[in-house]
Amino acid sequence: MKSMELVKVLGAVGALAVAGVAFFTFERPPVNVVQRGYRGTGLDEIYNPRHLAAEAALNKVPAMLPQMQVGPLAKTVYKNVQVLGDVHVGEFTRLMASMTAWVAPKEGCAYCHNVNNMADDSKYTKKVARKMILMVRDINSNWTDHVKKVGVTCYTCHRGNNVPQYIWFKNDGPPEAGGFAETYTGKNLMIGPDHSSLPYDPYSAFLKQDPHTIRVQSTTALPSGDRHSIKQAEWTYALMIHFSTSLGVNCTYCHNTRAFGDWSQSTPQRVTAWYGVKMVRDVNINYLEPVQSMLPAYRLGPSGDGPKVFCMTCHQGAYKPLYGAAMAPNFPELYLASADTSTDSGDSGMTPAAPTETAPATATEPTTPSTTPPAAAPPAATPAPTTPMPPAASPAPTAQPPQP
Amino acid sequence: MAGLVELVAAIADLALSNKKNAQENAMAEYQNIFTRIQPRGPIQTVPLPLGDDNRLGATHSHLLGIFGDAQLGPFYLGRLGVASLICGFIAFEVIGLNMLASVNWNFVQFIRQLPWLGLEPPPPSLGLTILPPLNEGGWWLIAGFFLTASILLWWARMYRRAVQLGMGTHVAWAFASAIWLYLVLGFIRPILMGSWGEAVPFGIFPHLDWTASFSLRYGNLFYNPFHMLSIAFLYGSTLLFAMHAATVLATGRYGSEREVEQIVHRGTAFERGMLFWRWTMGFNATAESIHRWAWWFAVLTTLTGGIGILLTGTAVDNWYLWGMKHHIVAPYPHIGVPDPGPLSAIGGTGAAQ
Repeated sequence: MKSMELVKVLGAVGALAVAGVAFFTFERPPVNVVQRGYRGTGLDEIYNPRHLAAEAALNKVPAMLPQMQVGPLAKTVYKNVQVLGDVHVGEFTRLMASMTAWVAPKEGCAYCHNVNNMADDSKYTKKVARKMILMVRDINSNWTDHVKKVGVTCYTCHRGNNVPQYIWFKNDGPPEAGGFAETYTGKNLMIGPDHSSLPYDPYSAFLKQDPHTIRVQSTTALPSGDRHSIKQAEWTYALMIHFSTSLGVNCTYCHNTRAFGDWSQSTPQRVTAWYGVKMVRDVNINYLEPVQSMLPAYRLGPSGDGPKVFCMTCHQGAYKPLYGAAMAPNFPELYLASADTSTDSGDSGMTPAAPTETAPATATEPTTPSTTPPAAAPPAATPAPTTPMPPAASPAPTAQPPQP
Repeated sequence: MAGLVELVAAIADLALSNKKNAQENAMAEYQNIFTRIQPRGPIQTVPLPLGDDNRLGATHSHLLGIFGDAQLGPFYLGRLGVASLICGFIAFEVIGLNMLASVNWNFVQFIRQLPWLGLEPPPPSLGLTILPPLNEGGWWLIAGFFLTASILLWWARMYRRAVQLGMGTHVAWAFASAIWLYLVLGFIRPILMGSWGEAVPFGIFPHLDWTASFSLRYGNLFYNPFHMLSIAFLYGSTLLFAMHAATVLATGRYGSEREVEQIVHRGTAFERGMLFWRWTMGFNATAESIHRWAWWFAVLTTLTGGIGILLTGTAVDNWYLWGMKHHIVAPYPHIGVPDPGPLSAIGGTGAAQ
């Protein structure tokens, strides 16, 4: 009967392994499923209220000082005010105090300024901050197709850190044996997006100068010369997983999975993401890469490049950064003075047909309202920018971030 | 040993003569997850056909007897078997050592990341180059060659063993169906596409990622009719397997595991099994034909699957659009957004790898 014992031991080990996989990778209920698209398409968002509560706590809007549009212009009071010269000195001081709280709460003014001579530009942080204010203005004024009326502030990315928590560097991967052994395929390691074995640096491929094509799916039923490879599809796949984890949403937030590439079945959010890709590239090329030369060596990545942004930098797991709380409009100086915020002047000649967030997928199904459960067609599918709710979710009260 | 054999025989007799006793004894023995009683006689062998190599060793194992037959061996290696094992070992080593190299010969990382590690085919830019650089897919071709050689040699061995034992060659042909799918994935289709890069990488997660990417690239494999057929036969195989196995187990108390005898002289077990299905669904397979059903379902799973893969990218480039064209896709109202255009506004369009 010794072998019977052995069988039992083997059985126990097997059961333990299964339990371990279940415990570490499965999610304990409840799981809320919210329909966002046409019935039967599986365009559902899946939420766990417990996770939502944890994320809501991380996405609280910090207390904001009241606006102070008083006093003479900053350039008439202070020396060497290159960017914010036309801001009233009251508002200027408010912004400086806010930036300190957002970026250097521990270090204070001295993180950027020579406190003996505030006009001094000797600290690299001050020069970087100046460039970053220009970036924020550009984003808020010229990239409204992506940031809408929510806009961004320093806090959107920094959240009290000197350097935003989520940034990326060119990643050549950990050391490999090299030589004649298979070398640097850029994937098949544990460090892929969302712990997959997919390519671990799709950001260098897609989110900066000379990006690779994201679209790899053939647009014709029969072969017509499209030579995109399965390997390329893996890179696109990796980028999409980054989108998904950054926004805390499923593929179906933007796509109908039966035809991933088809825009005619996609949600308006996919257009927002499309502008997001362009915006991230623009920001990396025009702001982050130029900043690289200002940074000390310890701020650079393993390959010597500067930090760059991707979706996670702002979104940090939320479908809209800070769940769409509009902080930026409280800081008018974070917009270009002459900017017309109602139109996009993003870049290039690729102006798409104006997408609109006021046409949610579910709203265009008026002929069959009775087949849709009441809770399944939430207006939250396309929330107003300030709606502090996760996309289409019906979270418990505790999961709701405070009203901005 | 002899005592055990007698005990089993006695239980079988009881089953026929005394229903109540049979339920008390035989039922308890047969309705169990594992085999509780192991009849164990002398090692069973048959005389070797002329020209065959000698066989190695033979023993009994109680542990094996719980799951199957207690006799382990004798092992027949033969020339085909030895060649197959050597080729398989080479492929295993080439794949494993390349995986180990990808974590810089770090054994801890090798174990920790094993499911993530892989060996990739050459990049598409190298096309069908027969001798690509070793570190750019060369090892993949070498591993693929030896793994294929190993599999084909094993197929030949299976065929030869069946012939030598005077059996039909059904097992070999069923295996050939699986080999067909394997060859389509890693050899025939890449050649038709003109690129080794279209082939499957080695590795646990890598080959799964490849599968998802394959479907993504070619517009959703679910609209591939041969993929549909393959799934139908796969699920059908599990259904048939469950029905057949359950029927045999359920009639075990009447001796149904002695299938061959029951085919010739239909006994209580098979009569009851067939009666059960006729009463349940009006039709029953016979003890012989059920295996024909199972064999064809299993064989057609990989046969149709291989056809589906072969047509992907060669005859059809986007299965979803193909499905639209042929009205097999359910139409939805137009609910989407206009295409804003390609996202390659800033410069190049090169391949990611």
